[in-house]
Amino acid sequence: MNVETKLGLDVFKIDKEPHIIIDQEICKSCDDKFCLYVCPAKLYTVNRETGDMEIECSGCLECGTCRIACIHGALNWNYARGGFGIQYRFG
Amino acid sequence: MTDADGEKVEVVVVGAGLAGLSAAYVLGQAGVDTVVVERGDYPGAKNVTGGRVYMHPLRHYLPDLWNDAPLERYVTRETLTMIADGASTAITLDSDRFREEPHHSYTILRSNFDRWLGDKVAEAGAFVLPKYRADDVLMEDGRVVGIVMGEEDEIRADVVVAADGVLSLVAEKAGLRQAQQAKHFAVSAKEVIELPAKSIEERFNLGPGEGAAQLYFGALTKGMLGGGFLYTNKESISLGLVVGIESLMEREPKIEVHEILEDFKARPEIRNLIADGETVEYSAHVIPEGGINAMPKLYSDGIVVVGEAAGLGLNMLLTVRGMEFAVASGVMAAEAIKKARETSDYSAASLAQYQESLSDTFVLKDLQTFRSVLDVMENPRLFNFYPQAVCDIFTKLMWIDENPKPKISSTVIREVLGKFLNWSTVKDGLRMLRI
Repeated sequence: MNVETKLGLDVFKIDKEPHIIIDQEICKSCDDKFCLYVCPAKLYTVNRETGDMEIECSGCLECGTCRIACIHGALNWNYARGGFGIQYRFG
Repeated sequence: MTDADGEKVEVVVVGAGLAGLSAAYVLGQAGVDTVVVERGDYPGAKNVTGGRVYMHPLRHYLPDLWNDAPLERYVTRETLTMIADGASTAITLDSDRFREEPHHSYTILRSNFDRWLGDKVAEAGAFVLPKYRADDVLMEDGRVVGIVMGEEDEIRADVVVAADGVLSLVAEKAGLRQAQQAKHFAVSAKEVIELPAKSIEERFNLGPGEGAAQLYFGALTKGMLGGGFLYTNKESISLGLVVGIESLMEREPKIEVHEILEDFKARPEIRNLIADGETVEYSAHVIPEGGINAMPKLYSDGIVVVGEAAGLGLNMLLTVRGMEFAVASGVMAAEAIKKARETSDYSAASLAQYQESLSDTFVLKDLQTFRSVLDVMENPRLFNFYPQAVCDIFTKLMWIDENPKPKISSTVIREVLGKFLNWSTVKDGLRMLRI
């Protein structure tokens, strides 16, 4: 089962506003890009055309792994707003 | 009490998890004006465990509360499995002590459980406010005087209880800790897989209501610090793994957590246990592994930090713990606040009572005893060499072919001397003595 299918099983209340903001200037000079593979939901991708780092916040499990792994400080990280984001039914 | 700036309560608790709700329960019962702010739709909406909870500490700190708690199965079978490439060796403890009431530990699903506990807290007289995210702390003259929610809302309080989980942005904003380091944390990914109760009981050799808890370590984490876990719930299995975040960052070639989980599920040890099961939820959670060396300051003027926000989690190799620390710390924080309330003194000096209480109990004593566990585990040989060596020796003993078989004793002696009698294993053994 791939990770997209797994996320499809979860209940998310999707916000228009992203809760994680990426500083593209920092990402451009980052060779590590730990975010691309530490995220258990695989939400980070590099846009092929613009080269920008992008995150699909609507599938965020709000675990915080990227916040800890981004040692270069490119993430203005917050939880989803109150009443939004992942709503676990089992936990 | 309301003043011109907004709501004023005696205590605001940030986060409706086990730590925050336990604190609020005690405060509510004592008639302390308490609000719990929770960003999820309900208590438990954001909360994840492996998971199994050890009940004796919970009963000690909040007697009688748990009698009708929505727990899953009481654990009667404990299994530890060493995973090698293409083989595994397991050891199982099935003990009558685990069948004695009150039961020692239960498997648990937190969304269900925390929601129930939230109702208990409301009955006790505290107010649970869901769908609100605490965004900042209110500071005046260097002391915490409340929280800010969104652009406009704020709640003023005599004390803020930071129970906002492992990342604790509240503790960070209040200046109680520095940025968190990857080496002190692990990431966990878990699936809840539904199966009929009858299938679970047959597959794991359990009576009705009985449960199994299984930990796995070795080749499944591909040389990285971590391991796998499996807990049987009433009608589902919680299956997941934990990997050190720094290990994950440093590993070459790169691998992702969800891929490791899929490889783990495909192993014969697991795939037959979950066959025909239906995955109904995928979750992830960061786990504090830094122990006492990575704790924030636990209190300051007008604030206390409890549960995972305080770094209270402990991997003791054979057991992994957190929820009983959460409940105990929540209760002790509440007791310290009640004491401080007698003199209306919520300064750091007054709230220091909280840390003193923790120091006298298993919470800080266990963290102190197991302070070196991370150093011991940061040893790739633990995850590749040892499980492989044990499985190799066991395979040699069990394997029969057309050739004459050497004596068991000579096989054991030759293999043990060859594999374990060298300087690296002696060094590893000496390191193990630290825990």
